[in-house]
Amino acid sequence: MTALDANTFRDLETRHAHLLHRSFKQRFGGLMVLGGILLYCIYSAWFFDLPKLVAEGHWERLGIYLRQWISYDVQPVFRIGSDGKIATRYPRFNPLGDDPKPDWVRANSDGSVLVEVSGSKSVRIAPTQVDVTAYGMTTPVRLVGENAKVDGALPGWMSAYEDTISVDLGFSGDVSISGDQVKVRKRFLGWPNFIFDTHSPFFDKPFGEVLQLIVSGERLDKSQSNLSLAFDNFWNNSAWQHGDIWVKLFQTIVMAFLGTLLGAVFAFPTAFLAARNMTSSSLVNQVVKRFFDFLRSVDMLIWALFLTRAFGPGPLAGSGAIFLTEWGTLGKLYAEGLENVDNKPREGIQSTGASTVLTHRYGVMPQVMPVIVGQTLYQWESNVRGATIIGAVGAGGIGLKLWEAMRTNANWANVCYMVLLILVVVFLFDMASSALRSRLIGDRSR
Amino acid sequence: MTFQSKPETASDVAPATVAIVDAWEKLAARRRFYTILGLAILFAAFVASVRFADESNAGHFFDRLPHLFDFMSWLIPKDWNDVWRALLGLPSPNDRGGEEYNFTVGRVPLWGGLYIPNYIELMIVTINIALISTLVGFVIAVPLSFLAARNLAPSNPLRILVKRLMEFLRAFPEIVIAGLFSAVLSIGPAAAIIAITLHTIGAVGKLFFEVIENIDMKPDEGMTAVGGNWLERVRFGALPQVLPNFTSYALLRLEINVRASTIIGAVGGGGIGEALKLSISRGFGAKTMALVLLLFVTIVVVDQVSAAMRRRLVGEAAFVPVH
Repeated sequence: MTALDANTFRDLETRHAHLLHRSFKQRFGGLMVLGGILLYCIYSAWFFDLPKLVAEGHWERLGIYLRQWISYDVQPVFRIGSDGKIATRYPRFNPLGDDPKPDWVRANSDGSVLVEVSGSKSVRIAPTQVDVTAYGMTTPVRLVGENAKVDGALPGWMSAYEDTISVDLGFSGDVSISGDQVKVRKRFLGWPNFIFDTHSPFFDKPFGEVLQLIVSGERLDKSQSNLSLAFDNFWNNSAWQHGDIWVKLFQTIVMAFLGTLLGAVFAFPTAFLAARNMTSSSLVNQVVKRFFDFLRSVDMLIWALFLTRAFGPGPLAGSGAIFLTEWGTLGKLYAEGLENVDNKPREGIQSTGASTVLTHRYGVMPQVMPVIVGQTLYQWESNVRGATIIGAVGAGGIGLKLWEAMRTNANWANVCYMVLLILVVVFLFDMASSALRSRLIGDRSR
Repeated sequence: MTFQSKPETASDVAPATVAIVDAWEKLAARRRFYTILGLAILFAAFVASVRFADESNAGHFFDRLPHLFDFMSWLIPKDWNDVWRALLGLPSPNDRGGEEYNFTVGRVPLWGGLYIPNYIELMIVTINIALISTLVGFVIAVPLSFLAARNLAPSNPLRILVKRLMEFLRAFPEIVIAGLFSAVLSIGPAAAIIAITLHTIGAVGKLFFEVIENIDMKPDEGMTAVGGNWLERVRFGALPQVLPNFTSYALLRLEINVRASTIIGAVGGGGIGEALKLSISRGFGAKTMALVLLLFVTIVVVDQVSAAMRRRLVGEAAFVPVH
């Protein structure tokens, strides 16, 4: 490529002026949009006070809560009596049952207690001294009257408060030592008692034994077979509430199904009224179209709140909310589909003297059916997702359960369980809806 | 179709034709059978669902139906002027203490006698949540979508990873993210922003990489030919083609996010959703009317503005529905 000399350049400039002399908007438009976006970001950081919020956030909680999604802990309390005896107490409703004798708490012959928090971390509790072994070193903590004291400098994973010493052992747990009691928290990976809770006769039995009991064992409860007892114990597990959660999940699916189906049933005939080429009165077109806009714009949340008040909380309110929103959305989409049909088949059918109904059936329906089926399935799929959220305002389904489990900040493992169920359902519905779509309308793209 | 195509006497036509007609009729009968079967199943599922929903609801449909209008009656304010007063934060003559008519609470003073009424301020909060999360989500989703598009991805394992991440973010329930972060950042709009942003990344990211996979690759080939690296290929070969579509999808997402931020607000994310939930559950007619009106107008305006901008950006293609 040759370099341009001044003459060629001037020549080009005269011939293609619009390429070299761009308008102010063309030259600076993009930059101004970027500047505007930046300014808006600064404004909203100020508006929401984001720097302060982020700085003051309890970020350590994020780690703790996320940890609780996939693990549980047991916190025995070792109380040192005035006579030097060590009493072990487990909290009520702990996942090990009412009277656990875990093998990681061992009573030594000299009256001290050894707690293994993990392979290399352990705590030995004696009446006057607690030895914490972790990270390759053993730190003795002396118990003097009401206080716990460490001679010399504290390692980084220990911190001293007024009369207690707290020890951070990472994921595997923590220890809090005061003058007369030691609390040891040991964390286990996994979900405790997921199948049977501590009140079940099957609790803490290995899988093989449970299977053997169910298949050929003696009846544990005289009134029912072991299989039905096992199922009952599982379904009504007090910690995990499988039964309740599954029923609520099913409610969510039913809400989405019912709302979308009813919406489609109502939207279909009304869309004919809204479509310009199907109903020739523009007054009717406009009125019906604005009605659709109204239904859509009032929004699912407002409908849900109103219907929850009218019918009481439950899936009826949720279905109603989805139905009303969906009537508007599907009505609009169907009407657009109808307005885009090719008129020739209709004219052909009309020319044979067919009635309006027959004209629509054979002239219009074959053209719009793929659009209608495709859109309805898409909406159904997205409503399964939406139904989870409006459930949280009381419109039934798993949403409320999820919200309640989160609000206490104590039940993150249950939240994780429900989230997994929701994810599975959403993925299944994605797949089912695209499979149905490709079967019914023979094409995977929209 | 029921056009009678069988001739009166079979001898008039060739046997092959008769066979064709028979086969066609058999096919039609089978089709009809499957259609009817499908509809019957759908109907059965419908009836079962209605019964299930009705039984597990707190109030039953037909018991509650006659009371529907009782319930509506509280919605009608005793004094219609209260709706405007509630919207504009003006004192009401009906105010006897209590929360039903305390319209002046929550004014945000600007200067002098000027102030932003409480509800307008809450609406601004909700809109700002939607705007900032769409914006941040957009900025994060654009580079991710280039990593996820089959024709431009620099590495295949990374592409799959990014794609899965987007699917995960899209399907993850927003309220869980909001709940988790409201424990970290204290209850308020920040948690809602994070939740909606993450969901937006997943939702628009998918649309974006589908757009990228459909671009004309010639500019990209040109960039490769002159020795452009990946960043330059994306910047000069692909981005100019996709930016209008991207912006259009982001605007569409903004419409959805305004609704989403209202809903998350109602479950504790602040903004107008919370006020609405409170007002409906306490049965404050005038306040509810004012809030519904405000929300309705806002949603209509946002939809119209976004539709107009999208039409300018990509023409009628903007109105192909997406999800």
